[in-house]
Amino acid sequence: MSKKVMVSFRLNGTQTDVVVEPRELLIHTLREKCLHTGPHIGCETSHCGACTVDVNGMSAKSCTLLTVQADEAELLTVEGLAKGGELHALQEGFMQEHGLQCGFCTPGMLTRAYRLLQENPNPSEEEIRYWMAGNLCRCTGYQNIVKAVQYAAARLRGEAVETSHPLMAEVSAH
Amino acid sequence: MIPRPFEYHAPRSLSEAIALLNEHGDTAKLLAGGHSLLPMMKLRFAEPGHLIDLGKLAELKGIREAGNEIRIGAMTTENELIWSTLLQKKCPLLVEGARQISDPQVRYRGTIGGDISHGDPGNDHPTLMIALDASFVLASEHGERVVPADGFFLGTYMTQLGAGEIMTEIRIPVPAPGTGYCYAKLKRKTGDFATAATAVTLRLQGGKVSDVRIVLTNVGQTALRASGAEQSLLGKPLDEAAIDEAARLAMSICEPAEDLRGDIEYKTAMAGEMTRRALRTALTGATQ
Repeated sequence: MSKKVMVSFRLNGTQTDVVVEPRELLIHTLREKCLHTGPHIGCETSHCGACTVDVNGMSAKSCTLLTVQADEAELLTVEGLAKGGELHALQEGFMQEHGLQCGFCTPGMLTRAYRLLQENPNPSEEEIRYWMAGNLCRCTGYQNIVKAVQYAAARLRGEAVETSHPLMAEVSAH
Repeated sequence: MIPRPFEYHAPRSLSEAIALLNEHGDTAKLLAGGHSLLPMMKLRFAEPGHLIDLGKLAELKGIREAGNEIRIGAMTTENELIWSTLLQKKCPLLVEGARQISDPQVRYRGTIGGDISHGDPGNDHPTLMIALDASFVLASEHGERVVPADGFFLGTYMTQLGAGEIMTEIRIPVPAPGTGYCYAKLKRKTGDFATAATAVTLRLQGGKVSDVRIVLTNVGQTALRASGAEQSLLGKPLDEAAIDEAARLAMSICEPAEDLRGDIEYKTAMAGEMTRRALRTALTGATQ
């Protein structure tokens, strides 16, 4: 057992201090110490992206980051996306466009898409697929995730949006 | 998933990092982006007693032009390579190559220096570096030495990087205007290492090949420079017959490992095909 160290970061705007072994992975700290259990673990080879969080304005797979490396970092997880009970445009988009089923990849998808839209507010379909390639999904086949990101992008650009989902469109109309 | 315990060090300067490396010797590993090292530690293929994190060394980051060279700090991330306007303008092969490495999250962390120092034949930068005639600055307590990329890679996970040395910078001669280039990479899916890939840089004079480099990824113990294929093209027009002959010569030096990406024959054939494609694309981009 190696010596534990204190690590301080801002998690969704809240100053947070944790005491960890150097070998502790950020995903475990977030889930087990900070009780932010939205980010998930889907693999141990850094492929799936279910653990994606935003670290200092960059999407990172928190399974491949030591918590000690996040000292003084600014972290955003899916729990920090909604503001005052209002869903973020991406959360709304994923709901309206049916961009999730089991929901296990969704927190990682949302935080990755959040950073993507900061960097490219008007991505093409091809760009969305390329820049979301670090996130695997077993349920959706990605098609509706692309639509969800496009929905959110339009919304964030201040454009009027309508869901492309026929049943959801009917629900929204009432 | 769970690495063995280790001591963590976060030096604030290069000299401090070198001192820590000397102090802890073989039991220490340098932590750069951590996207090769941590995965190996999580599977307990690597069990270092000390990690020396280079993440706080701003002096190892950045891309700049110095005379006729592009100088890239070893801790510069793949994402920074992709978005560098200097590289987009003066060394687009590196941007094209970086875009084919892994995925966005990994590219925010993984560094060019780490990709090179790892010495994995599956990595793309070793090939790109040889194709671009790069050299590497290695720092130790005795000062700096500069070694060319061509010859740096000794075997799988083995390079000329010695004990107590840290790669600090990558130096690339600015490719001459009119240089054609391509990195043709065959992979099973986005984010995978190459089944086979070929990097080409090409210059023409009077319709004939005046300068060419052909380097192969993941079809040997290291990135392989196809010198015979290069020689066969010099002074000749790059027609289909010449391209075929170069591909045949490139295939003749392949010694790929058989794995889930394919057997020896398949990977060798694909190295030939990637060579043909890279040469054709480089030709369309080359001006005299």
